Amino acid sequence: MAAHTQVALPLPILPEGWSGEKDFKAIGKLTAATQRSIEPVGPHFLAHARRARHKRTFSEDDRIQAQENVKKVEDDDAGEISEPEDPMMLSRDAKDWKSQDHYAVLGLSKYRFKATEEQIKRAHRKKVLRHHPDKKAAAGSTEDDSFFKCIQKATEILLDPVKRRQYDSVDEHADVEPPTKKQLKDGKYYKLWSAVFKAEGRFSRVQPVPKFGDENSNKEDVETFYNFFYNFDSWRSFEYQDEDVPDDNENRDQKRHMERKNNNARKKKKNEDTARLRKLVDDAMSGDDRLKRFRQEANASKNKKKLEKEAAEKKAIEDAKAAKEAEEKAKKDAEEKAKAEKEQGKKAKEAAKAAVKKNRRVLKGSVKDANYFAGSGNAPAKVVDGVLTDVELIQGKLDPDETAALAQKLNGLKVADEIKGVWKGEVERLVAAGKVKSGEVKTLV
Amino acid sequence: MAAEGQTSGTTPGERHAIGICFGNSNSSIAYTSVEDKAEVIANEDGDRQIPSILSYVDGEEYNGQQAKQQLIRNSKNTVAHFRDFLGQDFKSIDPTHCHASAHPQEFESTIAFKIQDKEGDEESTVTVSEITTRNLKRLAQSASDFTGKQVNSAVITVPTNFSEKQKEALTKSANGAGLEVLQLIHEPVAALLAYDARPESKVSDKTVVVADLGGTRSDVAVIASRGGMYTILATAHDYEYAGSSLDKVLMDHFAKEFIKWNATDPRENARSLAKLKLESEATKKALSIGTNANFSVESLAEGIDFTSTINRMRYETIARKVFEGFNRLIEGVVKKAGLDVLDIDEVILSGGTSHTPKIASNMVSIFPESTTILAPSTTPTAISPSELQARGAALQANLIQEYEKEDIEQSTHPAVTTVKHLSNAIGVLAITGDESKGVFTPIISAETAVPARRTIHINTPKEGGDVLIKIVEGGSHIKVTKPEPKSKTNGEKQDDDSEDEDDSDEEPEDIREKVWKVGNVLAEAAVKGVKKGGKVEIMVNVAGDLAVTVTCREIGGKGGVRGNLAAP
Ligand SMILES: Nc1ncnc2c1ncn2[C@@H]1O[C@H](COP(=O)(O)OP(=O)(O)OP(=O)(O)O)[C@@H](O)[C@H]1O
Ligand SMILES: [Mg+2]
Repeated sequence: MAAHTQVALPLPILPEGWSGEKDFKAIGKLTAATQRSIEPVGPHFLAHARRARHKRTFSEDDRIQAQENVKKVEDDDAGEISEPEDPMMLSRDAKDWKSQDHYAVLGLSKYRFKATEEQIKRAHRKKVLRHHPDKKAAAGSTEDDSFFKCIQKATEILLDPVKRRQYDSVDEHADVEPPTKKQLKDGKYYKLWSAVFKAEGRFSRVQPVPKFGDENSNKEDVETFYNFFYNFDSWRSFEYQDEDVPDDNENRDQKRHMERKNNNARKKKKNEDTARLRKLVDDAMSGDDRLKRFRQEANASKNKKKLEKEAAEKKAIEDAKAAKEAEEKAKKDAEEKAKAEKEQGKKAKEAAKAAVKKNRRVLKGSVKDANYFAGSGNAPAKVVDGVLTDVELIQGKLDPDETAALAQKLNGLKVADEIKGVWKGEVERLVAAGKVKSGEVKTLV
Repeated sequence: MAAEGQTSGTTPGERHAIGICFGNSNSSIAYTSVEDKAEVIANEDGDRQIPSILSYVDGEEYNGQQAKQQLIRNSKNTVAHFRDFLGQDFKSIDPTHCHASAHPQEFESTIAFKIQDKEGDEESTVTVSEITTRNLKRLAQSASDFTGKQVNSAVITVPTNFSEKQKEALTKSANGAGLEVLQLIHEPVAALLAYDARPESKVSDKTVVVADLGGTRSDVAVIASRGGMYTILATAHDYEYAGSSLDKVLMDHFAKEFIKWNATDPRENARSLAKLKLESEATKKALSIGTNANFSVESLAEGIDFTSTINRMRYETIARKVFEGFNRLIEGVVKKAGLDVLDIDEVILSGGTSHTPKIASNMVSIFPESTTILAPSTTPTAISPSELQARGAALQANLIQEYEKEDIEQSTHPAVTTVKHLSNAIGVLAITGDESKGVFTPIISAETAVPARRTIHINTPKEGGDVLIKIVEGGSHIKVTKPEPKSKTNGEKQDDDSEDEDDSDEEPEDIREKVWKVGNVLAEAAVKGVKKGGKVEIMVNVAGDLAVTVTCREIGGKGGVRGNLAAP
């Protein structure tokens, strides 16, 4: 090739760490190739042939060998469509084309709506080769050409997509009758109905059509199937069964009348067909054990849910009850505890009170032991009174701990000066703390 | 090559070869001028499309257009539509198109016509081989008269489904006409060659549909054209929709018109029918050029002259079914080849019926914009569809006439023509602007015959540097996306009635695009130190046994990388 193709998109950057021997890494091999025949035509082929031959001469064996695996492009004209011709059919009159089985005429009974356009054309050609009246006449036969006309009519209809649909709409041979009760007794429910709906599916505008399935189909598929067929969008129409409308211009009124009649008939048939299909689906559904099974399964799961719900409710009540009880118990415990604490507090208080009393006795006792700091002999009443007033004043300023501390210091002291020293220290402490004004205490300083 | 040449007497130096297209309806002949340009020869009547018809009047032989006129008065002694009978037995022929001329008959395991071809009343039985010989003789004579040299050899085109027996019979008949058959080549390939041989056409890898729409048959082929070599991927042959179906549409139309004014049906009388047919065909051809055409027959039936007109619109309406038949046929073959319309690069419309503008415009709407539709009404430089095959045959004759017969036979031997074709495309991964993922860029297309070699030049990142060359196989598939639903406001803006009508009726079409899927990784290579703005050349060479050699180098740089993959 002369000019090389230019590619604008860039190559990727070499990933880091990439390595290959001499910068090349062989990884795979080409997929197997197809053997085909190139056409021995044109200047480029000549060049190829020169290279391929290279002064060699090929034999008939080489030919056979070379052609062995070549992919074929031309189809064999023969074969494929062969169906014995019913003698009754051969004597048909083409005028009765409306009642003619066009597929059978072309030998395509097996295929019907499934026949491809190519199959129809081939079938037609095969029939023409066999039945062309000119061939028969040339062979000296005097047979009439009525069947040939049947062939032409069948082909005209089947090769016209619109006419073919109209015919396929009413091609009863492609119908599959719904199974009878008796047939269903043999237990081939799904197989029999499958065939029915497969045939009905040919009328669906929406393709592919969901399958009827079998006993193992899951719920979703079965539901999809029934939904599809309950909402079936059908192209089926009934023009093919129209009565002939007069072709001339004279009978305008009659023509219009016929057209109206035909239109009504088409509508009616269409409605009937819709109803027919609906009933078919109803019937299939009513005997469909899968639906029963799904229902049971649904029920079972519903029951299960109910039980679970009840259990849950019971548990909730119990839980609530238990919670309430626990709460009450906690409350009671707390109350009891508080009570106990209260009692204990009372005792402590009493004890503290007692301790304070006891310590106060120590305080009072200390000044008594010191004979109210009056030396030997009876202390005058006025002195005793003054000292005790001060002691009480100080006691009033002290909390129980300070009282206890002071009592401890005084405890065991017998010497008046020592006792006085302790008191003096205490008074000074209190004055320093601002609890007692200096000069307020008169005797113990 | 089936020719076990009896008349292979000519030696290369003495050869004077032409190309012959021999159809059931028409024949044409072409030669190559001194500049190796193929040209179709007009016969003494000035026709380039010479009806393949012979007619005998008082022992005198007429061919072409003159013989065609005899279908009216002398139909029994006029032989037409016989090419496909060659090499067949009576059981396997379709006599439909001979109904209005001499009827084919079974004769000694072959087919013959009973005609009065000599003076007097005596009937002779003339086999189809003999008729063919006579037709080819007339063609060779016309060519000899035109070129001034006795034509003695030819390349002749045949349908792709012509059997070996048919080819043998044709070769024999040609030999009988004093023609050495250098080669029989397939009609669609001849048409493609006629286009590819034009000086302005470049050798490329492309997939082509050749639709040969003739008079009694339509043949379509999908051809992989790879580096100037052609491989047929699929074909279809149709005898239901062809030129005569269009004649039939017009015949019925004008017959009905006639019946409106006259109470008689011209289709019921053989002579009237013949006139109706001839004039319908003429009207049809006129409609390929003009938008209006006349239909005029003297004494169409019961001595009544009839004149009418038809416009192209009306014609296209009444012939819609036939046109749709062509559409389905062509779409069908593309599918049969395992391809999509998006895979087709070129559609060549060949055969007389391909002059019809409607057929070409249908192709324009079936195929994507990227497909070239080669037909007179879509491409101004298109070659006349009626001349493609003869031209292709002449070009091939010119190519091979210097070779010994033996040489040609050996070169066209299946041992040479049967070749492995790649199942998948081979390409390299490139990157798009932001994506780090690779994009498959084909280097060699699928269905390329091996050995084959292709080279591409590919960009590198802006800054250059070290680049990775990853060689992979690629398959393509068609991605279909639903278009965005049309915004409401858009529709409301238009004035409702007129334009909306045809828009809203048609559902918005799916957007279809061809996307590549990266398959089998074959090799990786590195080209290091590419300079800023540099390009890399990648060459992939596939040998006949499918071994692969990859060569990569920076263009203008030193050295390069080369590696091999073993045959599978
Ligand atoms: N300009 C034209 N416009 C439309 N149709 C045309 C035109 N020219 C020729 N034809 C039609 O083309 C048909 C002939 O095509 P062609 O010459 O390719 O035939 P052929 O290959 O010999 O035919 P066959 O298919 O019978 O073998 C005829 O039906 C003829 O009417
Ligand atoms: Mg042709």
